[in-house]
Amino acid sequence: MKTIKREKEKEQKTSWLAETLVRMVKSPGAKVGTFLFVLMCLICILAPVIAPYGVNEMDLNAMFKGPCREHWFGTDAMGRDILTRLLYGGRYSLALGVCASLFGAAIGIVIGSVAGYFGGIVETIIMRIMDVWSSLPSMLLCILISSALGAGFFNTILALTVGGVPGNVRMIRGQILAERSKEYLEAAESINCSRVSIMFKHLLPNVVSPLIVTTTMGIGSTITTSASLSYIGLGVQPPTPEWGAMLSDARAHILNYPYLMTFPGLFIAVTILAINLLGDGLRDALDPKLRN
Amino acid sequence: MPDTLIEVKNLKKYFKVPAGMNHAVDDVSLTINRGETLGVVGESGCGKSTLGRTIIHLQEATDGQIFFDGKDITHVSGKKLREAREKMQIVFQDPYSSLNPRLRVENTILEPLKHSGRFSSRQQLREEANRLMELVGIDTRLRQAYPHELDGGRRQRVGIARALALNPEFIVCDEPVSALDVSIQAQVLNLLMDLQDSMGLAYMFVTHDLSVVRHISDHICVMYLGQLVEKCSTEELFKHNMHPYTNALLSAIPSTDIFHPMQRVQLKGEITSAINPKPGCRFAARCPYATEKCQEPQKLREISKDHFVSCCRAEEIAG
Repeated sequence: MKTIKREKEKEQKTSWLAETLVRMVKSPGAKVGTFLFVLMCLICILAPVIAPYGVNEMDLNAMFKGPCREHWFGTDAMGRDILTRLLYGGRYSLALGVCASLFGAAIGIVIGSVAGYFGGIVETIIMRIMDVWSSLPSMLLCILISSALGAGFFNTILALTVGGVPGNVRMIRGQILAERSKEYLEAAESINCSRVSIMFKHLLPNVVSPLIVTTTMGIGSTITTSASLSYIGLGVQPPTPEWGAMLSDARAHILNYPYLMTFPGLFIAVTILAINLLGDGLRDALDPKLRN
Repeated sequence: MPDTLIEVKNLKKYFKVPAGMNHAVDDVSLTINRGETLGVVGESGCGKSTLGRTIIHLQEATDGQIFFDGKDITHVSGKKLREAREKMQIVFQDPYSSLNPRLRVENTILEPLKHSGRFSSRQQLREEANRLMELVGIDTRLRQAYPHELDGGRRQRVGIARALALNPEFIVCDEPVSALDVSIQAQVLNLLMDLQDSMGLAYMFVTHDLSVVRHISDHICVMYLGQLVEKCSTEELFKHNMHPYTNALLSAIPSTDIFHPMQRVQLKGEITSAINPKPGCRFAARCPYATEKCQEPQKLREISKDHFVSCCRAEEIAG
């Protein structure tokens, strides 16, 4: 009886997703990262419930207040509660960073694998376009798109996505070139795998590891880029709270009221740390070589 | 009457390279009988792997014809190509790159069956996986292992199991043992020969290891720069080799007989390029017997029964 049961347990474990999750939970880094990230998301989603003040509620009697009992993280130049604005701002910052990076990665995977897998003239054309694309500084590209489409949340996501595509395409293509000559792809062809199946089942899982890392790292820089966009008036518009925009606002007062910068900076740093830990854990959990 | 399974007629495979056309396989004709092994030997880059891959349609032939069981399969596509591939499989040289590192042993072995749709239920697939693993001698407890957890010999067995899954009649063995160490080589070779006996497989055994090819083959083709230079039974080749290139090749086999010291035929000069070759004998530039006649195109001709040599001076040299 016992052996049968054990056999069954083994079979249940074979689900790919379940196993990856189990491995994620086992790794301490991934656990901390996941916890922090989920916590961050939760407090941002629950902002209306837990925030002590209204998001744009100004208290002109309490400008530039340092951290105190009424305002844990202090108030800004207009007497708005920083904690409240951080909670609300996280909704935009997280959504911006995560969406833009994920879209960039997704587009990069599709274009990069087409270029790498099919090769020849298709590859040449795609890669030359990418060369031109990446020769424009990504900041400039963002400004271009934002000013052409107008400022706003979704246009900002689009602008930030576009900047990240060429790098991802290059990486995926490079990985595929290294992997393409391996014989297991030929073997897959000889056992009648379709081209789509070869690409998605055999090739992609073996090339996305570095992309997971760069994408999670990219979320941080995306948040700061969106801050620069806000600074020149093209990103998310004031008075909408956004972490990067809050940093920019605080710059004017950095000498007198440094805590204005400290707390948004801290939130960004913790988020990036959490996502990086999560990304590293995910990459390791997906790599069979690290499984026991 | 031997039962011909594979017949290749004047097969050509050219690759376009910046300097011109690379004649990787040039005008090769051969037959492989059911249940027999054809060894293909030659030095690196002589086109022996390309020949195998072209026959099983991993590469499209430039010209010539390939018959499988009497049917012309040279230019099939779609459903017919899929059917043809199910009967012809390949075992690769490097067991480290021929298995997808992210697929478990069981999934690797069963993948061909899933694509062919022969089995539907999980239970049947599981049983088939067990059967195949036992057939090639892998412990079924390794079903859930990943390739990196196995040693080279076991990986190669997984590769063999994958090739056998569709129950093929013909397998191209593309240097299947040259990446393994010697003790494991013997195991894998014996496994291949046992499988041949029990399943009636035909092999095309591509290798540069002459002792291996002698052990396993019924017939041998010697290739030089994309062309067959000699073709005969294994016994005949090791007794009455005719072509100067074969002579040189065989003289390189180490001998343990101290009373008959080896007499190496040393070849001078570099292997000539297969890109846009001249019409004459391709070996002429290095051949110690070359004359002006060798500048003319050489045909493979039958010198004695079932012994083909493409050398205009074969009789003189042998005699």
